[in-house]
Amino acid sequence: MMDFLATIGRRSLATFERLGRGTLFLLQVCARLGFLFSRPSLTLVQVWAVGVQSLVIIGVSGAFVGMVLGLQGYNTLVTFGTEESLGVVVAKSLCRELGPVLTALLFAGRAGSALTAEIGLMKATEQIPALEMMGVDPLRRLIVPRYVAGIISMPLLATIFTAIGILGGYFCGVGLLGVDEGAFWSQMQLHTALGTDIGNGVVVKSIVFGAVVTWIALFEGFDAVPTSEGVSQATTRTVVNSSLAVLALDFVLTGLMFD
Amino acid sequence: MKITRTMEIGVGFFVSLGLAALLMLALKVANLTSFGNADGYLVLARFDNIGGLQERSAVKMGGVLVGRVTRIDYDSEAFRAVVEMRIDPRFREIPVDTAASIYTAGLLGEQYVNLDAGGDEEVLADGGELEITQSAVIMERMLQEFLYSKTVKDENP
Repeated sequence: MMDFLATIGRRSLATFERLGRGTLFLLQVCARLGFLFSRPSLTLVQVWAVGVQSLVIIGVSGAFVGMVLGLQGYNTLVTFGTEESLGVVVAKSLCRELGPVLTALLFAGRAGSALTAEIGLMKATEQIPALEMMGVDPLRRLIVPRYVAGIISMPLLATIFTAIGILGGYFCGVGLLGVDEGAFWSQMQLHTALGTDIGNGVVVKSIVFGAVVTWIALFEGFDAVPTSEGVSQATTRTVVNSSLAVLALDFVLTGLMFD
Repeated sequence: MKITRTMEIGVGFFVSLGLAALLMLALKVANLTSFGNADGYLVLARFDNIGGLQERSAVKMGGVLVGRVTRIDYDSEAFRAVVEMRIDPRFREIPVDTAASIYTAGLLGEQYVNLDAGGDEEVLADGGELEITQSAVIMERMLQEFLYSKTVKDENP
């Protein structure tokens, strides 16, 4: 019985310790954000790796999600004779939830895992201690550019995802199923607001998700046990933890933003 | 990793694609161009009951969208709801005896304010109030009245 309690205690202490280390890590990174301006080219390379190389998967997923929304939305709405509202359904669900959330989940799988593996392997092959030996701060040289690149790329990717998704919904609804084109766009414009739906939904949510996913990915990499097994576990944890964090945060943000 | 020209072009393409997508969302999806700006003039109207009218509900004249509801308040002295609407400056000439009524778009659609232009020569000023108003139709009240009239008729044929 006592052993059981001790196990629970040890586990929770370890969790809290990791949380604390993660927060300290984030604060340290934020304190060094100024480094960004002295070497912007490092960030450019990371935007390439994190953002540009995720473009294809984001575009393709966006198109398919939009087309599925068009099909399913049409099937439901046509029973009520309100298939003109298809534009609203597609635009609202993409802007408010699906766009930022799915992009963040894909981003965690595509870019987050790569970041963790990269940093973790650098640690396992003792490149990070080597940097320290040379008097280069690894947080500044390695982490800050990647963190900023994640925060820059996520909103751009989410916006692209949403826009392509809406075009996909348009293609399915108007092109294949014969919803009236004018009604599709005008209903959408009537019910989608720039501030709440696009500003809060796409932009704010995706910036928050980008910051959280990249933070988790970089921390897991930096904190990984420097063995091949440790790196693989850290990569798994990145995907699992950041997906959970995105879904939970999405609930909180939705509750705060849309009453 | 060394920075190559491809990378620079790629990042440039990525960033401009993102901004273009945002622009498309703003213009094509949210229709920033109409009523997104703060100009236009305010018109007030007092209703006994506004039903399901909300802020940002449409204001229409002859079925054409001319403005939006910007604020809904309750006048606790007159016991009536106060609805503030912002009308697009293109539709400036609204006669003072214009009637405002709350209609429902479609059977299950949402409610909007309909303005029926009056015949007066005088034009409503900024912040002016529409005197002739008609409340939203409340389904329960209508049923009540219908049932009441029915029973009254049944009792004294």
